[in-house]
Amino acid sequence: MSPAVDPDEVRHVAALARLDLSDDEVAVFAEQFGDILAAFETLDAVPEVAAEPERVNVMRPDEPVEGLDHDAALANAPATEDGYFKGPPVS
Amino acid sequence: MSADAEPGGPEADDDPLNAFVTRTRLEPVAEGPLSGLTVAVKDNISTAGVRTTCASRMLADYVPPYDATVVERLRAAGATVVGKTNMDEFGMGTTTETSAFGPTLNPVDGTRVAGGSSGGSAAAVASGEADLALGSDTGGSIRCPAAFCGVVGIKPTYGLVSRYGLVAYANSLEQIGPIAPTVEAAAGLLEVIAGPDPRDGTTTDAGEDASYADAADGDVDGLTVGVPAELVEGVTDGVRERFDAALEGLEAAGATVTEVSLPAVEHAVAAYYVIAMAEASSNLARYDGVRYGIGGGFDGNWNAAFARSREAGFGEEVKRRILLGTYALSAGYHDRYYAKAQDARAWLTQNFDAAFEVADVVASPTMPTTAFPLGETLDDPLQMYLADANTVPVNLANLPAISVPAGTDGDGLPVGVQFVGPSLGERSVVRVGSAVEAAR
Repeated sequence: MSPAVDPDEVRHVAALARLDLSDDEVAVFAEQFGDILAAFETLDAVPEVAAEPERVNVMRPDEPVEGLDHDAALANAPATEDGYFKGPPVS
Repeated sequence: MSADAEPGGPEADDDPLNAFVTRTRLEPVAEGPLSGLTVAVKDNISTAGVRTTCASRMLADYVPPYDATVVERLRAAGATVVGKTNMDEFGMGTTTETSAFGPTLNPVDGTRVAGGSSGGSAAAVASGEADLALGSDTGGSIRCPAAFCGVVGIKPTYGLVSRYGLVAYANSLEQIGPIAPTVEAAAGLLEVIAGPDPRDGTTTDAGEDASYADAADGDVDGLTVGVPAELVEGVTDGVRERFDAALEGLEAAGATVTEVSLPAVEHAVAAYYVIAMAEASSNLARYDGVRYGIGGGFDGNWNAAFARSREAGFGEEVKRRILLGTYALSAGYHDRYYAKAQDARAWLTQNFDAAFEVADVVASPTMPTTAFPLGETLDDPLQMYLADANTVPVNLANLPAISVPAGTDGDGLPVGVQFVGPSLGERSVVRVGSAVEAAR
């Protein structure tokens, strides 16, 4: 067992990820992350490797094609108003 | 589980293995090589008009407005789609136990897992509920359940099959691929779904008009099979016995077995999980409860609303990966984790290149064990991650691989053998896989 991660660090990362967590979840994750991050330490022994990218960007001209129907695009939204997605206040 | 089932546990109805999230029937739109055959499709592959849940509460009611390219190709080839199969939530798991709809049971032993994350697809084929199935493989999610359920699964070369309409988890690693009772049937299904797609810019032209099924001829005379000790040392005795027997069968058929070395695989699980979690944390940022998913309400500002949506919609394993991925990409940790993982990925690719200088395919057991008892890894995520040791190197190196049944261990549980080919070497892995099948 590796030492647990500081629960405040779990809360900080959860805030960055826009993810509410219960206190129980924070406790469980803090403990598990100690072991998982310790397992990731094996990467310290990996040498630097110069790699050629397997894929490169290929450009083409933009051509308008038919997109999603307006109603179809809104069909899965939890809330809509006047043909728009309805979201929470920005600030 | 029937179509109207809600997230929860397995329910006894006409689906005792809980292989399906939604039963459906999408008829073919033309005659073709799959005419008369039924196909089950993993529930992270979009089907127009049929809910596609990724086995997540977040998408329990999500109905895609369009088909994935592979679904279009199935129906144009004569197939009937008979259902959407159960999976680990968003593909994040090795057992199909992280599904919001309860675990899929192993068709050979109902007290054990079917493997994952495409557990429903493998169980549906193994139990005869579908002739064929599609899964997706990010770190072994086709090959693991194929091995645990005693069927054939192929993870194609990255870019061979379009990912358009596949709900993204880790884009640089994942491919859609076939699961079938035989090597020839899996290869035939791969022929149907392979090929370039202007809607997925990572697809290659190589799959156009490619033939794979006719390579299932069992002819391995003169073929060289490389075996890396690194992927054989940690497996159970029962798995080792079946693996050795499969190699002996190949030698009897004229193949040569030789040792190869993949020193970078020691770091593969760590590299895989860092990269997959980092990509997942970014991909799953789209779930904000506004365009789809569970709404987060309108109290407070949008950050508070999004955080509530995501707390309600995601299960524990998905939260764990989003958090660890966010951590690995955050200031001060990016170079330590993500950059080193990319180095490991490049190093591993060079290891495979060297192995293919002396071998036509690289062989190992698909999984270090047979199917786990239900619940065994649920509270120990690291143990579950380590079970992916033999499958994740293939995704990191963008290579094709097949898992083929190689008999059963002392408990009667299926063992799978994996063959990895060079890039676009699908015909090689199909050929050697068919030879193992023929020798049994």
